[in-house]
Amino acid sequence: MSRSPYVTAANDPRRMLDLDPATIRTARSLARKAGAPVVKLAKQHTTVSVERATLRLAGLEGADVEGIPWVNRLVDVVREQVGLEHGVALPVWDAMHRTGDDLVTVAQKAAAGSVTLRLPEGKDAARAGRSARAQLARGVRRIDAQRAARDRLIGKYGDPPAPWIYLIVATGDIYEDMPQAQAAAREGADVIAVIRSTGQSLLDYVPEGPTREGYAGTYATQANFRLMRAALDETSKELGRYVRLTNYASGLCMPEIATLAGLERLDMMLNDSMYGILFRDINPVRTFVDQRFSRQVHARAGIVINTGEDNYLTTADAVDAAHTVTVSQLLNEYFAKEAGLEDWQLGLGHAFEINPEIPDSFRLELAHAMLGRALFPDAPLKWMPPTKHMTGDIFRGYLLDGFFNLAGALTGQGILLVGMMTEAVVTPWLSDRDLALQNVRYVFNAAGNLREDFRPAPDGFIAQRARQVLGEAVDLLDRIVDDTLLEAIADGTFGLMKRPADHGRGLDGVVRKAPGYLNPAADLLEEGATR
Amino acid sequence: MTTSKSIVRPYGDTTGDGMVQLSFTLPLPHDKRAEGAALQLAKKMGMDPAMVVHAKAMGPDFTFFVVYGAVQHLVDVREVQVVERDYPLLSPKEINAAIKKTLRRPLVVVGACIGTDAHTVGIDAILNIKGFAGEKGLEYYSEITVVNLGAQVAVPDLVEQARVHRADAVLVSQVVTQRDAHLHNTREMSAAFREAFPADRRPLLVVGGPRFDETMTGELGVDRIFGKGTTPAEVASYLVSALIPTPTTRKKAS
Repeated sequence: MSRSPYVTAANDPRRMLDLDPATIRTARSLARKAGAPVVKLAKQHTTVSVERATLRLAGLEGADVEGIPWVNRLVDVVREQVGLEHGVALPVWDAMHRTGDDLVTVAQKAAAGSVTLRLPEGKDAARAGRSARAQLARGVRRIDAQRAARDRLIGKYGDPPAPWIYLIVATGDIYEDMPQAQAAAREGADVIAVIRSTGQSLLDYVPEGPTREGYAGTYATQANFRLMRAALDETSKELGRYVRLTNYASGLCMPEIATLAGLERLDMMLNDSMYGILFRDINPVRTFVDQRFSRQVHARAGIVINTGEDNYLTTADAVDAAHTVTVSQLLNEYFAKEAGLEDWQLGLGHAFEINPEIPDSFRLELAHAMLGRALFPDAPLKWMPPTKHMTGDIFRGYLLDGFFNLAGALTGQGILLVGMMTEAVVTPWLSDRDLALQNVRYVFNAAGNLREDFRPAPDGFIAQRARQVLGEAVDLLDRIVDDTLLEAIADGTFGLMKRPADHGRGLDGVVRKAPGYLNPAADLLEEGATR
Repeated sequence: MTTSKSIVRPYGDTTGDGMVQLSFTLPLPHDKRAEGAALQLAKKMGMDPAMVVHAKAMGPDFTFFVVYGAVQHLVDVREVQVVERDYPLLSPKEINAAIKKTLRRPLVVVGACIGTDAHTVGIDAILNIKGFAGEKGLEYYSEITVVNLGAQVAVPDLVEQARVHRADAVLVSQVVTQRDAHLHNTREMSAAFREAFPADRRPLLVVGGPRFDETMTGELGVDRIFGKGTTPAEVASYLVSALIPTPTTRKKAS
């Protein structure tokens, strides 16, 4: 524990809250029991998006004249002609051998119908598998090289102290986003998040090229990732501080977006194990399969994931549902570690969403935030500002954001999403961001070290509340294990959303693997191999 | 102060002082000239005298201002047009009783966020049992059947679901307003319902969201628009008064 950047022996929240280590062990083991059957299910299936991600890792870029990406066209042809249950690698690389064409040419010819795919057998299959692995290994090494480049830059510039200041940019136009992001970095942002266009999570393809049109956000595309990373590299150099870039993986294209993020050196990704299911009505099986592959890519790329527990609190009551946040954090941790992510990559989410009208709301917030810190001492944790109770009264909202910042300071949060007083009114103006950063700076300047003196009474309100929430979380996990996680999701346990496993978007993109399924990308990630 | 006053001005600390506060950003570096420019803007907006009480550089190219001043304008309250509640506010008990007595079957409400809008907070506040502002949502009403389709529902799907569930009313929430998406989506929705249903069998169309103008029903082709702060009981009372011609809604007390 002494190695944690967030917790020291002197301010160990586990001890301050007097949490029973046995209860914490029980909670983790229940999360593992609840998650393990889902991992098994994920391993038995592939999805159209996993297969498209594989082709992207092999370097297949671009789109046809209608803007449909070649990866979509090719996966559709494979599915139509030989089925997806064996994966795309065997039929596609077999076709490359037979025609002598490169990947993009095979995609174009297959789409045009001038090459017919087959499932190779024997020697042909072995040859296709070897070539696919060699080409995919080059893609994996590109991700490795980007990770090394990040490490080099951080080594050169150093890392900012916790919490990292996280600011959102969302104009819809990547060429407007770039100067805004650079300005935000100059004003003090350590992390820039480019919000995606509303509804992108429901597109079953990743748009191509730089984009200038988006609704309440900017499309996540490989070209936009590349442009924004280059802009922030320039600003990092100017500021002598590595500015991190964040985007959103969750949705129907999780594996592909994760892959593009690895290739283009994004540093963080929103990646929740259940968000798509609960809040986008994406099929649960699709989500768990996609989620696992995408997290394997993040693990390899050294990307920090951000989970979406804040969303539960905007749909359910933040006091009544506090334990569902803890349960989701534990499940997200289990799924993340199973996929190879390490503690420093777990930006587990929680949020300041308790109704400010209720008595002791700030003490309750502190209890919940400290509980998260206690359970995950080595994870950065992402602390998210009030949105549900931002009423349009910007003056009151500014005060609420001040208390949010104070709670973040007192509980040692790793990533602080900066709250805007104009939440629920407009997309943030330049002046909103400036005022919000002044708020953060004032609180951390005035009270950043208050944590050294902050010792909640062992039997006081805060400690008791934290123990109560942990107890409720264990009870709920117990029920989930009995019921199975998929049933619990179907019953509306999380965020009050009912999502049965045989419903939801993207279900038709889920395919059960056949014996002999081959995906060298998945193999390289599982093995940690480079060749 | 009496409510009969028809001409008013903003109130700072004295009746009639006309004081307002204003903040904005100009794309100018912070210097005396920028402060003069801020004053010029305030004057053109009718603030006279105006005081720049705060000016702060935001980077090399922008300055943020807070300006206080007196406006010269008078507000004539008699000319203000608003949509007043033209139906009685009923309790859940009264609503259930009215439906039971006259409809003799549950009243069916289908709700959704349409288009790409993923913000279900509005529709959920009205429909979920949890409710809003201390009032329980429509799911709580024993005589109302709620089908909440959730976020990002396509208009054709909404029409289809309304038909399948024999909706008496369709509630649509729109939060995202970029490029007037809420207006486009609402027009698309009302047109689709007009096309799919004969006029006498079309469900009641109700939209809500924080940025709607409640007077735009005709323009948007809907029966009712609810703005910010609407509570479930208001919606339920409206539905009952619009769908059930009962003695309670027969005549408004004048």
